[in-house]
Amino acid sequence: MKKTALLAVILTGALLILSMENFPSWGDVQSPASLHLSRHFIEKSYEQTLTPNLVTAVLGDYRGFDTMLETVVVFTAALACFLVIRLPRDVCTPGLFYYRHMGTGLVVRKHDACELPGENPTFERVDSDWPPHDVVVASTCRMVIPFIQLFGLYVVAHGHYSPGGGFQGGVIFAASYVLLAVSHDLRTLVHRLNERVTHLLSAAGVLLFFGVGLFGLAMGLNFLDYGALEGVLGMSLASGHSLGILLVEIGVGMTVTAALVIIFKLLSSRGTVTEGL
Amino acid sequence: MIWEIKLLALILVIICAIAAINAKDMLSAAVIFGIYSFMMCVQWLAMGAVDVAFTEAAIGAGISTALMLAAIFRTSRRTKD
Repeated sequence: MKKTALLAVILTGALLILSMENFPSWGDVQSPASLHLSRHFIEKSYEQTLTPNLVTAVLGDYRGFDTMLETVVVFTAALACFLVIRLPRDVCTPGLFYYRHMGTGLVVRKHDACELPGENPTFERVDSDWPPHDVVVASTCRMVIPFIQLFGLYVVAHGHYSPGGGFQGGVIFAASYVLLAVSHDLRTLVHRLNERVTHLLSAAGVLLFFGVGLFGLAMGLNFLDYGALEGVLGMSLASGHSLGILLVEIGVGMTVTAALVIIFKLLSSRGTVTEGL
Repeated sequence: MIWEIKLLALILVIICAIAAINAKDMLSAAVIFGIYSFMMCVQWLAMGAVDVAFTEAAIGAGISTALMLAAIFRTSRRTKD
C-alpha cells in the first residue's frame, strides 16, 4: 500500500512538473494575468484609493469586505477555542501546589490547598510541571518585550505605506505576550492581560472595522468607503483615506492580538488558564 | 537575490518538509516546521512578495510554532505512527 501511494505521489509530481512547461515564464508582462488586472491596479489604484502601498490598497479598499470577514474568522476561531477548551471557572482542582521563597529560592510543597493564599511578598507560586526560574532569561525577555511591542505597533501604523498591516502587527504584538508567558509563567500573562480584556479586545476590533464601514453608510456613501472621513476634523480626501485604513488596521490588529493570546492561554493550560507553559 | 541562495533555500524547504513528516518526536517536528516556514519566507522574499514574506515570518515561523509547542507540551510528545 505504501509503495502504491509513493508511486502515485511521484507520478502526480512528475505530471505537475511536466505541465509547468505550459505556464508563462516568471514575471512575463505578456502573460494573461499581467495584461489586464495587474495593469489596472498598478495604473489606477493610486488615483482611485489614494493609498501609496498597492498591496494595502487591494486589501483595504478593493477587498475591504474580504479583510473584514477574515477578521471575523479570526474572532470566531478564538471564540470556538474558548467554547471547546475552556473549563468552567469554579472547578477547584485539588493537587500539589508549590511556592518558592523569594529570598533563598527554596521551594515549599503544599497538599490539596484548594483555597490559595493571597498575594504574599515573601513566597511566589510556581507551576507544578513547568517552573521557569532563570534570572537571565526572565530579565532578557523583560528588556526585549517593549521593543517587540513597539515594532508591532510600527507595523500596524505603517501598513498604509510599507509592507505590514494589522494582521502582521497583531501577530508580532501577540508574540511578545507569548514570550512573556514562556519566560515568566502564565499567571504573569493573565495578570497583565486577563481574559475579560482579551475577549473585549477581540470583539472591539471587529466592531471598529464594522464601525468604519457603517460610518461610510451613514455619510451617504458605500459601505467601507473611506472617503466618508473627508471633511471630518477638516481633513482632505487623502488623509481621510489614510485615517480610515489606519482605523481598520488597528481593528484587525486588536482582534488578531487578542485571539492569539486567548488561543495560547487555553492551549498551554489545558483550559484552566491558571498554570501552563 | 543570488540564485544559489534561492536554490539552497528551495532544497532546504524540501528537506525540512520530509524531515518534519518523518520525525518521531513531535517537538522536533514542530521546530523543523518552523525552519520550513522561514525558508518559505525566504522564497517569498526572492519572488518579491514582501507582504507575504512578512506574514509567513510572523505567523508561520513565529506564532504557529509557539502554539504547536504549547499543544505538544499538554499532549504527548511521541507519535504512534
